[in-house]
Amino acid sequence: MSHSDLAMDAHSAVHERSSPFAIPTKKLAMWLFIIADAATFAACLLAYGFLRNGSQNWPTPFKFYPTVVNAMVMTFILVTSSLTMFMGVRSAKQGNRGAAFRWTVITAVGGAIFAILHLREWMSMIDEGVRLFKNPWGNDLFGASFFTITGLHLTHVVIGIVVLLVVGGRYKSGRLNADDLEITGLYWHFVDLVWMFVVPLIYLLNVQK
Amino acid sequence: MEELTKQQPGGAASYTDKLSKYLIVYVAILILAGLQFVIAYQHVDVGTMIFRMFAIAFLEAGLAVVFFMHLGSENRVFVTWVALVTLFVFAALQYSWTDSYRMERDSPKSFQNGPPQ
Repeated sequence: MSHSDLAMDAHSAVHERSSPFAIPTKKLAMWLFIIADAATFAACLLAYGFLRNGSQNWPTPFKFYPTVVNAMVMTFILVTSSLTMFMGVRSAKQGNRGAAFRWTVITAVGGAIFAILHLREWMSMIDEGVRLFKNPWGNDLFGASFFTITGLHLTHVVIGIVVLLVVGGRYKSGRLNADDLEITGLYWHFVDLVWMFVVPLIYLLNVQK
Repeated sequence: MEELTKQQPGGAASYTDKLSKYLIVYVAILILAGLQFVIAYQHVDVGTMIFRMFAIAFLEAGLAVVFFMHLGSENRVFVTWVALVTLFVFAALQYSWTDSYRMERDSPKSFQNGPPQ
């Protein structure tokens, strides 16, 4: 093999190893997932907007108490869990595995409280007669859009709780590093971010005045 | 502290910033979220309400993306790429709105004075 061949091989090897956009590959993959998932949520929210805009009897059933108050508490919990997630990643980046794990567990507990409040609200709506394709208030598609969008978000929260606990545990035991926890944090912040759009569209546009 | 020195490029340096900065961002997001609840009880038309709520939601999301997700300290080319792709997808999704007005009025705009002869 000639000297120039060797130089070319070395050059291509460096080229293959460098990550696109100079960020770690796992983080890039998470960002790609977030973009794709954002498009999914955007499509669902737009479909909901389409139905709401195109219907003349769209119901506005949400009372200040308990529904709007519940949404306020859920928002507070989710935004706070974003801060605790940040604290966890910050601790991990400083090499403090114990603190990082504790903050990650606190974040997962916040997510669990959010999920419980959400399910409690679902149960009360089901008790009031709201189903996927009928409800006692007006347009039949109200239940379909409500349960689909909040259900999709709730699924993300539940998956996030499991991932947080698994990644947090594996980080504590030394099998994963701080970057892995940071990437999990990106997902959790995204779940929080989506809720900022779900609340005004699904809850606040349908409050009873 | 060994991990701190091993970090790859991609926003890691931001985690050495002062904590107070992130607490301010957290409080700002909570205040903005509270503002959305206030807007919900204003007596304005739905279009104005959606505009105001979305403006606030985008502000909240921007704060979360830039500070908590550290997109602001990632590679510039990557940030531009993410922004362009996201905006393109969101813009492309808007195509259906005009049809929702047709549904509301039960006929296309051009048919409102009767079907074409």
